[in-house]
Amino acid sequence: MTTVPTQHDEVEALPRAISRRPTGADRVFVHGFRAIGATVLVVTGSIGLFLAWQAVPTLRHYGLSFFTEEAWAPEQGTVGIAGILVGTVSVAGVALVIAFPLALLTALFISEYAPHSVRATLVSLVDLMAAVPSIVYGLWGALLVQPYAAEIARWLHGTLGWIPLFDVPSADPDAAVWDQTRYIASAFCAAIAVAMMVLPMSCAVMRQVFSQTPQAEKEAALALGATRWGMVRTVVLPFGRGGIVGGTMLGLGRALGETIAVYLIISPAFDIKPHVLEVGTNTVAALIAARFGDASAAQLSALLAAGFALFLITLAVNTLAAIIVNRSRSGQGTDA
Amino acid sequence: MTTAPERPVLDEARHAAVPPRTVLPVTEPTAPPPVRRTGLGRATAEERVARAGAWVAGFALAWLLTQRVLPLPSVGWLLVLWFVLGMGLVAVTTALVGDRNEVADQLVRSAVTVGALVVGAALVSVMVFTLAKGWRPLLHLNFLTDDMAGIGPRDAFDRGGILHAVAGSLIQLGIAIAITVPLGIGTAVFMTEVGGRFATVVRTVVEAMTALPSIVAGLFVYTVMVVALGYPRSGLAAGLAIAVMMLPIIARASDVVLRVVPSGLREAGLALGASRWRVVWHVVLPTARPGLATALILGVARGVGETSPVLLTSGAAPFLTLDPTSGFMNSLPLYVFSTVRSGEPQAIARGFAAASVLLVLVLVLFVTARLLARGPLSKRS
Repeated sequence: MTTVPTQHDEVEALPRAISRRPTGADRVFVHGFRAIGATVLVVTGSIGLFLAWQAVPTLRHYGLSFFTEEAWAPEQGTVGIAGILVGTVSVAGVALVIAFPLALLTALFISEYAPHSVRATLVSLVDLMAAVPSIVYGLWGALLVQPYAAEIARWLHGTLGWIPLFDVPSADPDAAVWDQTRYIASAFCAAIAVAMMVLPMSCAVMRQVFSQTPQAEKEAALALGATRWGMVRTVVLPFGRGGIVGGTMLGLGRALGETIAVYLIISPAFDIKPHVLEVGTNTVAALIAARFGDASAAQLSALLAAGFALFLITLAVNTLAAIIVNRSRSGQGTDA
Repeated sequence: MTTAPERPVLDEARHAAVPPRTVLPVTEPTAPPPVRRTGLGRATAEERVARAGAWVAGFALAWLLTQRVLPLPSVGWLLVLWFVLGMGLVAVTTALVGDRNEVADQLVRSAVTVGALVVGAALVSVMVFTLAKGWRPLLHLNFLTDDMAGIGPRDAFDRGGILHAVAGSLIQLGIAIAITVPLGIGTAVFMTEVGGRFATVVRTVVEAMTALPSIVAGLFVYTVMVVALGYPRSGLAAGLAIAVMMLPIIARASDVVLRVVPSGLREAGLALGASRWRVVWHVVLPTARPGLATALILGVARGVGETSPVLLTSGAAPFLTLDPTSGFMNSLPLYVFSTVRSGEPQAIARGFAAASVLLVLVLVLFVTARLLARGPLSKRS
């Protein structure tokens, strides 16, 4: 039997007190993890601040000429990063030119064309490619690819040499015995190895975004009679535009900071050089690797300033990439 | 698109008045024979044969042109011409039966496949090249059980090995993992589970620091520990440099993984009266376990292969050092780097063998990550 509570019951029906204040253990949890977060913030943030602080004496000493001077000759009192910045950008740029189409094609192949049964394997292979140590790519580029790259460079020089970018002023493309040494150790050769590192990164981002394309829209395109390429062109690529740009820029960030592979391949040169096929170039990272050992305090500060400039560039590139991916439609999850 | 051929249809009007019973479809005797529906997204036999034939013909033509007609005997030209002629023949064979859209479709399909094949070939060539250059020292067991103390660059392969580099790599990696895993995952938990304005700040800074080039991380530790504090180059410094490089990567990757844990699970745990820590420990982290394992191991693989921070901070000792605080300590990437730059063929072969060991190490880590990601119970994601 159920009893009907009457007003004369002893128990008072007070509403339960609802509090959002964390109690005992929860408070420990929140504060503990906030402490961990603060530690990491201090550690990582201090690196950026430290670099900036170290760059101050250099900038004060050399002034704006630090950014416009080509030569890096601390012994003679001239230090500037204009030359190596151009070198850094040209290596990364050429690497992107090589890596971007391949990354896009591979991502499309994995997400749209490959048989379903092998897709997971292919994804793993791309991830594996990203995990291969950079020094292995450096060896591959320096010892296996370089002779072939030199031949390609000579052919480009002979065919397209009238474009300043492909010119190699110090060599003659039609010489009977061609001088291979003028075509190796160039920004182009280094860029091939760097492209191998950029490629899996960009490809992974692109593939991820392509795989988020709403299935219904793809099927709608096919149902309207589109060919597979028609479907890819009208649905997958527009949807994935943010991922394509963002992935490429993430790869650019990696390419700008790459050290060992570039250091193994290039022969250092400190001038602003628009000829990517010609021997000799330099990047900020390779410069640091080459010069840190015998650097005096002032030179170390200059290297740190160069490193800070590199960090700012990669930071800007990565931030831009993140914004583009988030702004575009492909950054959002899809419902349904 | 071409119009679909007339299909045999059921004549419903004729049977409309008949009481309900099983009706066999009646085909018009004059209707054209039924065509098989093409499988969606699957090439017909005709298409497949045409495609394969085009590529075979392209190869034959390219071979003829490069080897017999034109003075371009190199393999590179053969491959380039094969690609160009193959694409052309694919276009021609498709144009025989289809319209412009179908030609474009087939061309793109070929280009995409070739692009993926080029990437795959590059990956294979990296692996094969490293192993082919470095297999000989690997045949000697002492290569893995000995160090390079007192061994010259020209000594035979049956003396000396890379034990010191392997041990150094593992010790430095251990230091880096001991620092980054608790801090990285802890930060990720803070960013996803605690939240708030401060967490946004932390997330912004951590994401910004993933842009830190590894060489700059190394230079930071070098400047602080070696130059400013006067601490010698050592395994500890190298471990710290790797940790500085890995920490933002792992924190960010874990954050991404933890964010996709369905909040319904969290709320269910909390509604059952569990404390927040217990929800994190028993619900959130186990749910995210496969993803976390992948994030961690990929970060670790990145850390073990990175040469530049180690180059600046550890110094290269030719002998086995087990104490990370007692001065120079070698590691695998650094050993590869220094031997390959020595210019001595014997030493270079050793360097490639060490690179192969490094590659195998990364591969093992990677396969472990895949297996963990799959998990013994959980479904594949």
